[in-house]
Amino acid sequence: MASAAQRRIKSISYAKYGYIFIAPFFIVYAFFQIWPLINTFILSVYGNGAEGDTFVGMQNFQTLLFGGDDRSARRIHEEFFRDFGNTLILWVGNFIPQILLSLILAVWFTDSKLHIPGQGFFKVVMYLPNIITAVSVAALFMRFFSNSNMCLVNGLITSSGGQAYMFEDSAFWSRAIVMFIQTWLWFGNTMIMMMSGILGINPSLFEAAAIDGATSGQVLRKVTLPLLRPMVVYTLITSMIGGLQMFDIPFLFHTKKETLNKYLETAAVFVYKNFRTSEDKVQYGYAGAASIILFIITALLGILVFRMNRDADEARKKKERKELVKAYKREQKMAKMGGID
Amino acid sequence: MEQVGVKDNYKTIQNLKSAGCFIVCILLTLICLVPLYIMIVNACRGHNAILQSPVSLIPGGNFVENMKNITTQSPQWNLWLGYRNSLIIAAGSTLLTVFFSAMTAYGLTVYQFKVRDGAYTLILAVMMIPIQVTSTGFVQFMVGTLGLADSFIPLIVPAIAAPAIVFYMRQYMKSSFPLDIVEAARIDGCSEFRTFISIALPMMKPAIAVQAIFAFVQNWNNYYTQNMILISNDKMITMPMMVQKVLGQDKNIDLGAQYAAVALSVIPIILIYVCLSRFIVGGVALGGVKE
Repeated sequence: MASAAQRRIKSISYAKYGYIFIAPFFIVYAFFQIWPLINTFILSVYGNGAEGDTFVGMQNFQTLLFGGDDRSARRIHEEFFRDFGNTLILWVGNFIPQILLSLILAVWFTDSKLHIPGQGFFKVVMYLPNIITAVSVAALFMRFFSNSNMCLVNGLITSSGGQAYMFEDSAFWSRAIVMFIQTWLWFGNTMIMMMSGILGINPSLFEAAAIDGATSGQVLRKVTLPLLRPMVVYTLITSMIGGLQMFDIPFLFHTKKETLNKYLETAAVFVYKNFRTSEDKVQYGYAGAASIILFIITALLGILVFRMNRDADEARKKKERKELVKAYKREQKMAKMGGID
Repeated sequence: MEQVGVKDNYKTIQNLKSAGCFIVCILLTLICLVPLYIMIVNACRGHNAILQSPVSLIPGGNFVENMKNITTQSPQWNLWLGYRNSLIIAAGSTLLTVFFSAMTAYGLTVYQFKVRDGAYTLILAVMMIPIQVTSTGFVQFMVGTLGLADSFIPLIVPAIAAPAIVFYMRQYMKSSFPLDIVEAARIDGCSEFRTFISIALPMMKPAIAVQAIFAFVQNWNNYYTQNMILISNDKMITMPMMVQKVLGQDKNIDLGAQYAAVALSVIPIILIYVCLSRFIVGGVALGGVKE
């Protein structure tokens, strides 16, 4: 009784500090994130360019998703779908090699039977690309592969007597290069995530498998991968959200000034180029509508992560509770029937 | 005898496997390092030398000259100005991020108040909203309404609100910050803010260090937001923007100078990484879920 009263007194006298401590976060968040988000909503229902002050309702969404009668509407509709398609292609093409490579490496690095010397060094080097400025990475790979006949690969081709190749004009090559860069940037990061996932698995399970004579292939398929599933799903979803934001490298991968590479324009580039043009051509309406569509997709994916972050424990407890109730009911039933099943 | 043979066989197989894995790792290491090595080598060679043989293993002695020539590629290039601007933005945002994230996490852990759980749930919910989604409204509001183009304010101040870092710090506090200490400080007559600053902050040093490194690297590398806000004033632009201006050049190309520009933009970050790689690699997985 006394402790409850004490607790009440405490909560009365110190609660205000709680508000004071979290206030800056929420004030700044509201000002720099929530209001811009609402503002994006508002912009998405207004017109584009010179008609920026006209309320157009769902017109922008309709144009983006279903096109329209005049040519400019059709163009922007096609562009929007092309850019979403590009995003999807680039994301799939970098996620699959990335997750496979990181899984294999993580399994090797955590396998106690293998003795790979210099593991610490490998981890450090493989993570290195991840911290390098994306702009510089794009710039560097542009010196290797591009339309220019001065780029490194074309230099090698011409010096051995071949014809310079226009890498940016080929959908396959420009996408393959960006996929390679993205994998190069991210596989070290994913590998470390996977390793922490594997190290989080109860080691006695591996011991039991070893005692039962499981081969390393069996251990991988029957123990590691099933238990690593939450980590893989988490990486998958966060990587999807990251993929939707893919911007720097696709945006910068072109030799000619002001002409973006149309095989690489992603959804984020679409948004960006619509609001960041010259003053008279700025299309806040389309940019806003595309952002909102992106937001809805991200939110759906985000809900999954949110559930995973918060409910992992709760879900397990709920399940256990349910099973307990079930077992109790079964017992009751059995008791009713006189102990005979 | 036969059993010994089996054992030897097993050992050989394991050794062969390890050797195979080792070779793959070496190959991946080369893939990671060769682009950077080519960058450094070519940053030290002249334009004509690079044109004649694009790949070389030996660096030349042209680095200083290349560095001087970068301005011929883009008049906006100014090495120290770029470093300075990037440093102001990265250091400013890092300080604000770690301090206010620790403060928010402290408020959410130590005090009992009505909206606490709601506030925490909200932070979790908005953690995944990317900047790209809000950027249309952000730019229109900052540049259009408030007239904050070419200002560092929209690049630094938003760092106060970093949901993912608050989440991480709260996890850290939950596991390694005993609340009894706050009680003890209260009994000794310590004010709430002093408790936070002189007791909680020092105790959270490991978490703060890891998050500070990541926040710094992330803000140093940021291009998206900076390119939206810093539009017209050449004195304000940051390192990534300068690199982009140099490399966006398609006339009068000087390859040596371009490689030098890329190398100069990357070197500070690589130096930081070489010194702090242990913390960075150790800290990557800490933000993730643990099952």
